[in-house]
Amino acid sequence: MNILNMTAVSLAAAIKNKEVTVMDATKAVLKQIEKTESTYNCYVTVDKDGALKQAQEIQGKIDSGELTGPLAGVPVAIKDNMCTEGLLTTCSSKMLGNFVPTYSSQAVINLQRAGAVIIGKTNMDEFAMGSTTETSAFGVTKNPWNQEHVPGGSSGGSAAAVAAEECYYALGSDTGGSIRQPASFCGVVGMKPTYGSVSRYGLIAYASSLDQIGPLCKDVTDCATIMEVITSHDQKDSTSVQREDTDFTSALVDDVKGMKIGIPRDYFGEGLDSEVKEAVLKAAEVLREKGATLEEFDLSLADYAIPAYYTIAAAEASSNLERFDGIKYGYRTESYKGLHNMYKKSRSEGFGAEVKRRIMLGSFVLSSGYYDAYYLKALRVKALIKNAFDEAFAKYDVILGPVAPTTAPKLGESLSDPIKMYLGDIYTISVNLAGLPGMSVPCGIDSKGLPIGLQLIGDCFKEKNIIRAAYTYEKARGAFGRKEEN
Amino acid sequence: MGKQYETVIGLEVHVELATKTKIFCGCSTEFGGAPNTHTCPVCTGMPGSLPVLNKQVLAYAVAVGLATDCKITRYCKFDRKNYFYPDNPQNYQISQLYLPICRDGKVEIETESGKKFVGIHEIHMEEDAGKMIHDEGSDYSLVDYNRSGVPLIEIVSEPDMRSAEEVIAYLEKLRMLIQYLGASDCKMQEGSMRADVNLSVREVGSLEYGTRTEMKNLNSFSAITRAIAGEKARQIDLLEAGEKVVQETRRWDDNAGKSYAMRSKEDAQDYRYFPDPDLVPIVVTEEFLADIKAKQPEFREDKIARYKEEFDIPEYDIDIITGSKHMADIFEETVALGAQPKKVSNWLMVETLRLLKENNMDPEDIRFSPKHLAGLIKLTDAKAINSTVAKEVFEEMFKNDIDPENYVEEKGLKTVSDEGALRKTVEEVIANNPQSVEDYRNGKEKAIGFLVGQTMKAMKGKADPGMVNQLLKELL
Repeated sequence: MNILNMTAVSLAAAIKNKEVTVMDATKAVLKQIEKTESTYNCYVTVDKDGALKQAQEIQGKIDSGELTGPLAGVPVAIKDNMCTEGLLTTCSSKMLGNFVPTYSSQAVINLQRAGAVIIGKTNMDEFAMGSTTETSAFGVTKNPWNQEHVPGGSSGGSAAAVAAEECYYALGSDTGGSIRQPASFCGVVGMKPTYGSVSRYGLIAYASSLDQIGPLCKDVTDCATIMEVITSHDQKDSTSVQREDTDFTSALVDDVKGMKIGIPRDYFGEGLDSEVKEAVLKAAEVLREKGATLEEFDLSLADYAIPAYYTIAAAEASSNLERFDGIKYGYRTESYKGLHNMYKKSRSEGFGAEVKRRIMLGSFVLSSGYYDAYYLKALRVKALIKNAFDEAFAKYDVILGPVAPTTAPKLGESLSDPIKMYLGDIYTISVNLAGLPGMSVPCGIDSKGLPIGLQLIGDCFKEKNIIRAAYTYEKARGAFGRKEEN
Repeated sequence: MGKQYETVIGLEVHVELATKTKIFCGCSTEFGGAPNTHTCPVCTGMPGSLPVLNKQVLAYAVAVGLATDCKITRYCKFDRKNYFYPDNPQNYQISQLYLPICRDGKVEIETESGKKFVGIHEIHMEEDAGKMIHDEGSDYSLVDYNRSGVPLIEIVSEPDMRSAEEVIAYLEKLRMLIQYLGASDCKMQEGSMRADVNLSVREVGSLEYGTRTEMKNLNSFSAITRAIAGEKARQIDLLEAGEKVVQETRRWDDNAGKSYAMRSKEDAQDYRYFPDPDLVPIVVTEEFLADIKAKQPEFREDKIARYKEEFDIPEYDIDIITGSKHMADIFEETVALGAQPKKVSNWLMVETLRLLKENNMDPEDIRFSPKHLAGLIKLTDAKAINSTVAKEVFEEMFKNDIDPENYVEEKGLKTVSDEGALRKTVEEVIANNPQSVEDYRNGKEKAIGFLVGQTMKAMKGKADPGMVNQLLKELL
């Protein structure tokens, strides 16, 4: 039995049935990492000793009946912007190259309570700013489907680690598409929950009002199961919401009869790759055949979403990243003259180009005289986008579209043209601006052999509609994975 | 004949709130801990930490707003003020700019020139910064984050004051209101109340304001008075010399009696204020507001009026007692326990004030309980102890809040009312002091004083001096 290609839920079941041990699974993952990590570079830190130790402890708790949950004993990878007590947490930045937190993020604690074995910390775009994982200070991550292509970003390490079977599932964070887009590029399932569902405590903020932690995993069942575990009301996060309806696995139902699916015309216009378009519309047809009704409509706000997003996200980032000053922790320049010179040199040397670009952009839009024209206007656009979605969800249960205009670009292609890279976020960022849940499900492979993602968007707190549609689609679609495994 | 100038003053007053924990985390606000012991990831700006508002801060801010006749902002937000300095661990301070919790209030002040209102522009909530320690001669600085995240309110007045006297009256008024609310102890020396003075001068009759300066580092009412006089004179000198006042922040050096320019408006930083996305907007509900209104205390003016009605004590005493909410509480509770108001007032006005002064304490620092003061008054009323012993017991009570009844019992301080025992002692004193006895018999009335003293001494003070006097006269 090849235990590496099992899903998280099936592995946990096999562990429970004593068909495999937690140690078997952990060692299998570590062996896979040894084999392929030098090629893909999914991780910033692999905690081999810690993982083996956890495996032993968790097996003991499973044997004693203390741990019975559906993820107990399953190895997981954590994006390197979530604090892990005693384990290096870098945000893939030189700035935090030596930062070992004394506390863990709440989402990680929730996983640990469920018996997860933390394998390590995954590579990402520096401070989650980027769409390719190429802005990492610790090298690029390569797409396991084709090493000449990027895995997407910013949770590229997490997506690639799942696709490369270097873990069973991973946590990512999504500020403008950073879970859904790499999931799409790497042919895995990824979900951004409703804003406020998963605690942000311990998640190193990029844009606080948009950031949300979510799973990257092998199928929809794993996704719903992980969502149940990581969702919690956290007193330490003011934006955390108390929810009653977090029994997401109850929505794993192979039936979409009567479900109303809206297809926004503006998500299928100019700029969308024809192969992506075809695959996504084919997936929509599958859902129609399964009993859903499809209807095209105009969301007509995509043009404003990108500038609004980059204004708000950069503004918040410029302030959130001020704490990285070389004084209390993290990188400090070697030589300096006085306080301000130390700030300047530490930050100039510690941050990469994309981070600096966004800090400057954000500082500009917040500066006196420009605040109203940029930041406040962007907030108004955000409100309009939310209104447009509210209207749409009055008519539809789920909105369906592509995740990204194209499949994974080649390494080096995107960074040369940041505006083009920003435009690649067009189908995902509105979801963050409106605080909605969104999921990426693999729905095809293009002629270059790269996976295509289908995006399903729900109203706030209606993850179950998405899960139900995704599960039904997945059943009809059948197995999906890299050719070498199939 | 020189021009006549008028001073225009507005104040920014920072008040440290008396919450047990910090504004955005659960750390203690206690003063004086070892450096960086009252800290956590939130108040040291660690990555991934998040602020959560301490509701008591909001409750205090609203209570102060209601007491100063402000409009309460029913939907308010926190904003980030961005600037780099090591005492500010996030390099932004969480404060309020766009939607402060209170606006458009006023307080009435009274000075020798009469009563007037001083407008309150706004009151906002914010977090305090840490403390920087610069060691002389060393090439480093240290920072202590114990104070980082201690809650503050900033009360911004309108430029309605015209003299140091009005400024002091305004500050005293604020201090009184806030102390009555229990929202802060408002100690300027300890920094729990800090005032920055915005001052400009203009020719009498002019309707336009002159260019103002902002004066910082004012640690006492007297320093404020001196700083106002100094800055007024400095600005007038400039204008008289045909120069211009520069809009700037100045630091007052009270020892030198001078101020120094810190930074001018040209160097003013752009703080890039924007709403803090980590905190949700605050909605002040009708219930919350009603609850705070219901809990507002009786403020000083009302208390004074009531005391005049209810208690037969001098107006001067009323003024002193109500000058501290804590003292007024002690007074009222002691009276409620059955003690006579005049007697309670006497203990507060004489012995308490004396001991406070001797120990360099504020009325807020009084520790003895009303129950024990009432007990002491009961003992003296019953003539169980004489006034000398009572004072001794009171001192002990003031220091350690002892129960006077137990204390008198344990130390055997009760007045000996057994006439037989007293008569015996008096007889001994007479026998042992023939000279005084003779003097008295020869008409020297004063000699009896000496004999009373000797008797009291022999009785270790535990006799009623009146009774001793009577017995002596009888036996002589």
